Amino acid sequence: MARYLRRTIAQIAFVIIGIAIINFFLLRLAPGDAAQVMAGEAGSATPEYMAALRKQFGLDQPLYVQFFSYLKNVLTLNLGYSFRQGMPVSDLILQRLPATLLLMGTSIAFAVSIGGMLGLLAARQAGKLADTLISALALLFYATPVFWIGVMLVVVFSVLLDWLPVGGMASVEAGLTGLAYAADVGRHLILPATTLGLFYLAIYTRLMRASMLEVYGQDFVRTARAKGVRPRRIAVRHVLRNALLPIVTTLGVQLGSILGGAILVETVFAWPGLGRLAFEALFQRDLNLLLGILFCSSVVVVLVNLAVDLAYTALDPRIELS
Amino acid sequence: MGFRGRWGTRAVLALTMSALAGSAWAEQAGGASPAAQQEPRRGGTLTAIIQPEPVILTAAINTAAPTGVVTGSIFDGLVDYDANLNPVPALAESWETSADGKTLTLHLRKGVKWHDGKPFTSADVKWTLEQVWKKIHPRNQATFAKVTSVDTPDDTTVVLNLSEPSVAILSSLNSNGAQVLPKHLYEGTDILNNPHNNKPVGTGPFVFKEWSRGNYIVLERNPDYWAKGKPYLDRIVYRVIPDAAARSAALEKGEVQYAVLSPVPLKDAERLAKLPNLRVTTQGYEWLSPWLFADFNVERPQLKDPKVRQALAQAIDRNTISKVVWFGFAKPADSPIPSTLTAFHDTSGITYPFDPKKAEALLDEAGYKRGADGVRFTLDIDYIPYGDDFKRTAEYLKQALKRIGVDANVRSQDTAAYTKRIYGDRDFDIAITWFAAFSDPQVGVNRAYGSGPIGKNIPWTNGSGYRNPQVDALIAATQGEADPKKRIQLFKDLQKVVLTDLPTLPLVELKFFTVEAANLKHPQPTGDQVYGSFRDFWFDDAKAADAKPADTKSN
Repeated sequence: MARYLRRTIAQIAFVIIGIAIINFFLLRLAPGDAAQVMAGEAGSATPEYMAALRKQFGLDQPLYVQFFSYLKNVLTLNLGYSFRQGMPVSDLILQRLPATLLLMGTSIAFAVSIGGMLGLLAARQAGKLADTLISALALLFYATPVFWIGVMLVVVFSVLLDWLPVGGMASVEAGLTGLAYAADVGRHLILPATTLGLFYLAIYTRLMRASMLEVYGQDFVRTARAKGVRPRRIAVRHVLRNALLPIVTTLGVQLGSILGGAILVETVFAWPGLGRLAFEALFQRDLNLLLGILFCSSVVVVLVNLAVDLAYTALDPRIELS
Repeated sequence: MGFRGRWGTRAVLALTMSALAGSAWAEQAGGASPAAQQEPRRGGTLTAIIQPEPVILTAAINTAAPTGVVTGSIFDGLVDYDANLNPVPALAESWETSADGKTLTLHLRKGVKWHDGKPFTSADVKWTLEQVWKKIHPRNQATFAKVTSVDTPDDTTVVLNLSEPSVAILSSLNSNGAQVLPKHLYEGTDILNNPHNNKPVGTGPFVFKEWSRGNYIVLERNPDYWAKGKPYLDRIVYRVIPDAAARSAALEKGEVQYAVLSPVPLKDAERLAKLPNLRVTTQGYEWLSPWLFADFNVERPQLKDPKVRQALAQAIDRNTISKVVWFGFAKPADSPIPSTLTAFHDTSGITYPFDPKKAEALLDEAGYKRGADGVRFTLDIDYIPYGDDFKRTAEYLKQALKRIGVDANVRSQDTAAYTKRIYGDRDFDIAITWFAAFSDPQVGVNRAYGSGPIGKNIPWTNGSGYRNPQVDALIAATQGEADPKKRIQLFKDLQKVVLTDLPTLPLVELKFFTVEAANLKHPQPTGDQVYGSFRDFWFDDAKAADAKPADTKSN
C-alpha cells in the first residue's frame, strides 16, 4: 500500500506538471491577447495604450521568458497574478470557491441521495408502474436543457409566485448577518441547486437502476432468495452494495469537475462561481487566471481519482491496490 | 464600441418568459404615486444591473462602458452635459477660452473633498492631465494632444496652455471623458497597477464600499458631498446578472430598479415598457451618439473600386435594418457623423437610397457581370460579436447582397479574434461594428478615417484601410481650428469626401435604452446620463425606500 501511494504520488506530480505545460502552449494558440480584449472593451485605443497594456501584462516578454516564469510559479505553487483583474489568481479562486462548493456540493448531494433512492425503488419495482414513472421522469430531466429548467423555475417560483429570489447569492441590500444571512443564502441556493440537481439526479437514477438490475441477475442473489432472505434485506445488503461501484465512479468524475462549476446554471442564476470565472477568463484572454483555474482543476481531478481507487477497495474487498 | 458581451449572453427563452410572466404585475396598478409629491425623498437603496462586470473601477485608465457606468457616481466630472450636449458646471464652476483659443481656464468649485477627506485642488487636475490623460487614456491622448503645459495659479484655478486651439477638449470633460484622480494616492506609483484602481477614491455623491467579484458592487452615500442635501439615496448596489432573461425577470419583479445600455433583448424591451412598474427610455445616450457601420476592406480586388462600394451601399435597405433587425431601436444613418450632432451632421446631398437595380447596373459597369450561376463574386462578412442584433445585421447584409448577385459568408469569432482580424491581419472583406461618435466628431469619428494606425492592430481605428491625404489633412485641420464655424465646415468637407469614396458604409444610428422603475424619480436625464451619477435620483415610494428584500415586491 505504501509503495502504491509513493508511486501514485510521483505519477500525480508528473501528470500535473505535464498538464500545466500543455495548457500554457495550448492557450496561446487562441488569436488575440488580453491587451487586445481590454482595448476592445475600452472602445478606443492608441499604439501607446496598447504598448502600456502589453507591458503591464508581461506580454512584451519573449515567449520563453513567459514560459519559464510560469514554470517557476507552478513549481513553487504560486498561481500568478491576474493583471486584468488586478488581483493574485489564488485570491480570485478562493473568493469564488465557497459559492462553487456550496452549489456543487448541494446539488450533487441532492442528486446522489434522491437519485440513488429513486433508482433503488425503480429496480425493485422493475417493470411495474412505479418503475415506468421514475424512468420516464429521469429521462425527462436528463433530456431537458439545464438552462431551460432554470429559466422555468425562475418564471414560476420567482416571478409568478414570488417565493424565491431571481438570482444572486444573497440579498446585499438587506445587509444581513449570522443566521439570517445563512437563511438568505439558503433561499438563493434553492433554485440553482435544484436546477443542477435535477439533471444529475436523472443520471444517478438511471445508473442505479441499471446497476442494481444487473446485480439482481447474479447467482448469489438467487442463492439468497432461495435461502429465504427477505427481499428488502437482499436489496440493501446484497444488491445495493455491489451496485455502488459504478455510482462511485460517476461520482468521482463529477467531483473531479467540481471546480469547473456549472457555467450555464451560474449564468442563469447570477451565481458567483468558478465556472463563470473560467469562462470569462477565456474570452478575456486572461491566461494567468485561466491557467490557475485549470491547474487547480487538474489537481482535484487527480486527487479524486486516487480517492475513488481507495473507495473501491473499501466497497469491494476483492479489489487490491498494487 | 464599448463593452464585450453586452448582448453577449444569450437571451434564454425570452419568449416563454413573456408568455408566462405577463400577468405578474396585474395587481400593481396602484404603483404610481400622486403627481403632487415632487419634493425629493431622502433614503432608500437603489439596486442596479451592471453587465458585463467591470474590469477595473477607474475610468481614467479604462474607457470600457461598465467602468464608466459605475464610476459615474463615485467620481464627479469637471462638467456634465445637458441633453443638448452643452457643458454645465460640476467640479468646474465656470471656464473661459482666451480670444486666440490657446488658453482654457477652469475655475474649480471650492471646498470639495476626496472621499478620504483630503481637499480636491487644481493640483489633482494638473497631475491627472499630465500623467494619465496624456499618457495612458486611449482617447484623451489625442484630445489633449495640443496641451503644452498646465498652470495652477491657485488651488481652484487650472489653466491649460495650448499649442493650437482645441475645441474638442470642452466636449470631453465629464467624469467619463476626463476623470480626475486623487494625486496624493497615485503620484509616484505604478498607475496601471495602483490598488485604488479597484477601490476608487473620488469626490462624487457615492463612496465605494465593496466589490464582490462576479457578484455585486456596493456604494454608500457620501455624507460630505459638496451639493448640500444630496444625494438622496442611501446606497447603490450594482448586481452582476449575466443572463439576459434573468435581467428581464429581475427588473420585472422589481428586485432591480435601474439598468442601462440596453440590458434586455430588444424584443423584451417593448414588453417591459408596457408594465406599470417600469419605464423604458432612450434618453441619456446623446453624448455617446453611437452609429453602426460596415467597413469595406479597400485593399481587396473588388472593394478597391469605389463603384463597387457604392453599388453594395445601394443594395442595402437601412430602413429594414433599423425596423426589423434592431426592432426600431435604431434610425437609418446617412453619414458617419450621427444626426444627433446637429451642428456637424451634413451629407451634402450624397446619399445612397435603396435601389437594387441601380446597384446591379453599377456592378455591371464596374466589370462584375453575373456569372453562369448568377453570382458576380463572393465576399466574407465579419461582425463584432456583441450579440444577436449584430449577427442579424450581418445576416441581413448577406441576404441583401445575394439579391444583386454577390454571395456572402457570415463568419463568427470572439472579440479578441475579431479585432485582430480587422485591425491587425486585415483578413476580411466587410466588417460590421459600431463606434461612439461622442459630442464632438473629432473624438469619435476621425479615428475611422485617419490613415495612421492602419494594420497596426489598434482596435477601433481605421478598419477599411482607406488612405486619402486630403482626409488626413482635413482631420489634422479639425484638431487645430479655433473658429467653430470654420471647424464645422471642415467636418462637412470631410463627410463629403468619405461619403463619395465610401470606405465605410454608415448603416444605422443605434438607440440604447435604459430600463428603470416607475417610482425612481430624477430630473430630465443629462446627455451623458449613462455615465452620469445618481446624485439627483430618489424613490417616491416609502416602501421601496425601506430596502428590505421582503418589501421589494411592493415597489
